[in-house]
Amino acid sequence: MKVKVLFFAALREQLGVAGEEVELPAGIATVAALRGHLARRGGPWQTALAEKKNVRAAVNHDMAKAGAAIRAGDEIAFFPPVTGG
Amino acid sequence: MKISVQREDFDLSLETKHLSRGQGVGAVASFVGVVRDVAMTLEHYPEMTENSIRKITEDAGRRWKVMDCTVIHRYGELAPHDQIVLVAVASAHRGDAFAACEFIMDYLKTRAPFWKKEHRGEGAAWVEARASDDDAAGRWDSPARKAG
Repeated sequence: MKVKVLFFAALREQLGVAGEEVELPAGIATVAALRGHLARRGGPWQTALAEKKNVRAAVNHDMAKAGAAIRAGDEIAFFPPVTGG
Repeated sequence: MKISVQREDFDLSLETKHLSRGQGVGAVASFVGVVRDVAMTLEHYPEMTENSIRKITEDAGRRWKVMDCTVIHRYGELAPHDQIVLVAVASAHRGDAFAACEFIMDYLKTRAPFWKKEHRGEGAAWVEARASDDDAAGRWDSPARKAG
């Protein structure tokens, strides 16, 4: 299935990309699985999305936990903890 | 209820004056966040930002008697002493207005998708989230702080 993935702030700069369409292999069905899938690209992906890194996510514009399900056509965003206000 | 995510500055007195005209309003509590001493750029996630702020204000409305509220958050380039954020809450009495205003502000800090990048001298650096902000939002979940 295909999903849209976005990156913000420091994460966007580390990865050098603001967003992309990603075709996922079967079995990638949660936010955590997607993050792991992207991290396996290696290089900055592995560093920036490593498990020990504090990365937050949103699915279709709602904050989402690591175990949240993802479906075809979803928009999944990864970003550092927010610092507004 | 007014929620605005904008580049432009805002006028506190104009916003609170508007809120104070509501039927039965007896209190308007407001908070303004300003840039400290370092210029910054505020990035946000446009498709998500307004919606996330709306959810926070709706949550506040379930906990306290909120008659109306206004939240304005700026993004883009900001200079020292510029205003960043306004939260203003209208209610019949001050207790609800104070509490809801503080609650919305605490949750904005941990739930709304904004990121600050500070520009100091030679370089720029993303601001790290602070654990104390999570603590400030988390305290509203303790039974003692819940309304009713």
